[in-house]
Amino acid sequence: MSNDGYWFQAPPVSTRIPLPPAEPVVELVDITIDGRTVQAPKTSTILDVTRSLGIDTPTLCFLENLTPVNVCRICVVELTGARTLVPACSRKIEAGMVIQTDSPRVRLARKMVLEFLGSSVDLSTAPQAQSYIERYDAKPDRYGPRKESARTHDHAEAVDGTKARTTQVPVKIDNDLYVRDYSKCILCYKCVEACGTDAQNTFAIAVAGRGFQSHISTEADVPLPDSACVYCGNCIGVCPTGALMFKSEFDMRAAGTWDESKQTQTDTICSFCGVGCTLTLHVQDNSIVKVTSPLDVEVTHGHLCIKGRFGYQYVQNRDE
Amino acid sequence: MDLHIHGDTASPQEREAVDGLLGPAPSAWMGGLRNLNEEGRIALVGGQESRTQRHRLIEAFHAVQGRIGWVSEGALNYICQRLSVPPAEAYGVATFYHLFSLSPRPSTVVHVCDDIACRIKGGENLCQDLEKTLGPSGSGSWQRSPCLGLCERAPAALTLQAATTPRGITLAPTSGEEITQGLKQNAWPVDEPFQNLSRSIPPSGSRELRLLKRIGKIDPESIEAYILSGGYARLKQALALGSEGVIREVLDSKLMGRGGAAFPTGRKWEAVAKAPAKPHYLVCNADESEPGTFKDRLLMEGDPFAVLEGMTIAGLATGCEKGFLYLRGEYPLAGKRLALALDLARFAGFLGENILESGLNFDIEIRRGAGAYICGEETALFNSIEGKRGEPRNKPPFPVQEGVFGKPTVINNVETLVNIPLILKEGGKAYAQLGTESSTGPKLFCLSGHVARPGVYETTFGPTLRQMIEIAGGVPEGRKIQAILLGGAAGVFVGPDQLDIPLTFEGTRAANATLGSGVIIIFDDRVDMTDILTRIAEFFRAESCGQCVPCRVGTVRQEELFHRLRSQQPLVSREEELNLLKEIGQVMRDASICGLGQTASSAVESALKNLKGLFAERGQP
Ligand code: SF4
Ligand code: SF4
Ligand code: SF4
Ligand code: FES
Ligand code: FES
Repeated sequence: MSNDGYWFQAPPVSTRIPLPPAEPVVELVDITIDGRTVQAPKTSTILDVTRSLGIDTPTLCFLENLTPVNVCRICVVELTGARTLVPACSRKIEAGMVIQTDSPRVRLARKMVLEFLGSSVDLSTAPQAQSYIERYDAKPDRYGPRKESARTHDHAEAVDGTKARTTQVPVKIDNDLYVRDYSKCILCYKCVEACGTDAQNTFAIAVAGRGFQSHISTEADVPLPDSACVYCGNCIGVCPTGALMFKSEFDMRAAGTWDESKQTQTDTICSFCGVGCTLTLHVQDNSIVKVTSPLDVEVTHGHLCIKGRFGYQYVQNRDE
Repeated sequence: MDLHIHGDTASPQEREAVDGLLGPAPSAWMGGLRNLNEEGRIALVGGQESRTQRHRLIEAFHAVQGRIGWVSEGALNYICQRLSVPPAEAYGVATFYHLFSLSPRPSTVVHVCDDIACRIKGGENLCQDLEKTLGPSGSGSWQRSPCLGLCERAPAALTLQAATTPRGITLAPTSGEEITQGLKQNAWPVDEPFQNLSRSIPPSGSRELRLLKRIGKIDPESIEAYILSGGYARLKQALALGSEGVIREVLDSKLMGRGGAAFPTGRKWEAVAKAPAKPHYLVCNADESEPGTFKDRLLMEGDPFAVLEGMTIAGLATGCEKGFLYLRGEYPLAGKRLALALDLARFAGFLGENILESGLNFDIEIRRGAGAYICGEETALFNSIEGKRGEPRNKPPFPVQEGVFGKPTVINNVETLVNIPLILKEGGKAYAQLGTESSTGPKLFCLSGHVARPGVYETTFGPTLRQMIEIAGGVPEGRKIQAILLGGAAGVFVGPDQLDIPLTFEGTRAANATLGSGVIIIFDDRVDMTDILTRIAEFFRAESCGQCVPCRVGTVRQEELFHRLRSQQPLVSREEELNLLKEIGQVMRDASICGLGQTASSAVESALKNLKGLFAERGQP
């Protein structure tokens, strides 16, 4: 220890308020979309540009707060000079690209993707997908009556073609907080990303199996309470089909009491800790029925923890 | 990340198998025993250290699968601890690969090929017999398999036997008798001497062999024999020429990739050599799984040093210090010979540090696939090397920019690499004189099915399909040709009226066909082509990685449709079905992520176009 009696000195207090670093300058490039030539930053995706132009490009596996996986292929557009269609959600723009977002080829691809999903997956709680089905005049029924399918690991499964195979499996109810109904899963990979590197870093679920047998699973399909799941519910937050659902919503739907037209949504700040996540409380008949979080809030971009997501029971403990 | 391990622990044998690959567990944290003297009171954690090993996940599964015959929950848990991989993710990886079993299975399992080339040589009947004697496929000691790359000796089977030293035994041609007796008495043939490989290279007249010249002639386990036959002279030459010199020769040779995509090899090399990001990687794509292809297997089994020499030249020319040879999991003999060759080459100074005193380093590691056709797709292969599910990546970025481990990567097929020493020997310009203007050099063709002498044929580009079939002895028993499949399951069917197609890249393209990997399967007039087409549809359904909707569901719907066409039970009408087939094909071609989905309808659609009278309606011709 030195002689002056102090071995630690705090740095002088700054008199300047630190500024954020300057935004890097992004080069603008010209591209042509549906005959309109526009300038956009080089780092944009085709989807960014179509959205800025007010073109409604359908997406299913894309979400603003997740890394694009480009697997559903519903957002494909026609790029002049490319052999195949390209996914708008992930393809970065390049100078001089000429793109059509509503050509017959694009419409056919989108219609077929929707028919493929509609004929194999239960889309009854996926309003977005249903509206696309209407928009593209998809006819999921033209592949024959639906078949209940059992997952096999063998390439030689017996097929006769008279029924359309589906991903039907029993609903998994193995905890009090949320329900997993993989018959409704379109394999958009969003829940895996939210559970993994994009938000929670817990890696409780992953895609298992291959091909049509691919499915979201814990290790060896163990029930959630045995898995690494921490019940942040971020997977529910990103699921576009209702395959992952609050138990409260699931039970109300089963009882026939779920009624979105009677619900209000109120934004508030979670009071459990200092992070200060924004909560959107969905209230029906004066009771909270589920909790979401807006994607565009800086603090957590729509992701929550178990307390904010599920810890609302106390609000409803009324003295009666 | 918080590693959550639940349930069983590994048995001593399972641990031993994993430790055999990764070394003993250094700490309790990684699943070892707690050693208080070494670790003190604070547990040694090694997250970073073990995570850098994560790419060895698939090899770790191989270790357990090869030792026990299946991967238990305990073994999976132990592997997860060793490599710091979350169990759900490891489970997702293991279940992607069909050679790994996650449920108990006997230690010996026979994989019997029921794919197209074997099917018409009794493979399907064989499977049906086994279904009667041994029970359904996958229920125990046997299962159906896609093409095993032994089509010239159809019908084929591969016995995989888990043991301290696991064995893979090729049975080709095989019979129900051989398989049931083998299982009953646990008696299997030993590896055949290398001379037997020559039976897969039927004499083809006076043609000069350049790529196949050593196969069956010299001992593939002797580096002396290889050197005596001119081996490794080209590596010395390459070192003298330097990177730019070698790339110039390859550009001059106009060598096109032989794996199916036919991209100019020199351009690839140039791009990687110049890529600023470091390190660079070289990958040899030896995941030969296109039904009807077996040439790479022959090259690796018969001339492993040539493959290594080609890789070393490629690696040094493109600034790589590390190469991966991604070997199809169903090729145990090739794996054995390559592993031995690697050791011998390293010992002799042809690999490793300071190669031949040049100051340059390059080494090669073998990685095995595990039963996934999709891993032949280059970006899926990269993911597999990284220890992930073999799901293709979206392109761009291309491999030369971001390949394996996100670094610039040269990826070449085995046959392409074996051409490299030859190019240096002949000189790029002289090599370009062989063959035709746009298809230069020698090419290997795999002939199988109804042809008198099935096997691998080498010829310089030029002969027509008709000439190739004649060289192979024509169709036996005086039968007529009904159809020919060019390029494998992802290729194109042509009819007997198209025999004059020149077998060159440009010639096949002009005829709306493809050379693919050099597959030529001949079907005579007795074959039920509707059965073949249905099997191809089934193949794609089973091999789709399942990532993107067009291919995951499209291949299922296409398969169902073929079953309906076959049984003449259309949903609405035959016309409607054909129209539906077109739309399914269109979306798979247009919107799938990778080549598998994009070509999944090509062969079947071409058959409907080029072959007459398929699926004719009842009562009609
Ligand atoms: S469960 Fe939901 S979020 Fe997860 S892959 Fe399926 S549809 Fe997507
Ligand atoms: S949701 Fe969780 S992290 Fe966010 S404020 Fe509430 S308690 Fe804190
Ligand atoms: S095309 Fe098929 S194999 Fe390729 S990425 Fe898509 S699902 Fe996977
Ligand atoms: S939204 Fe682009 S591929 Fe799914
Ligand atoms: S080994 Fe049977 S088809 Fe190739």
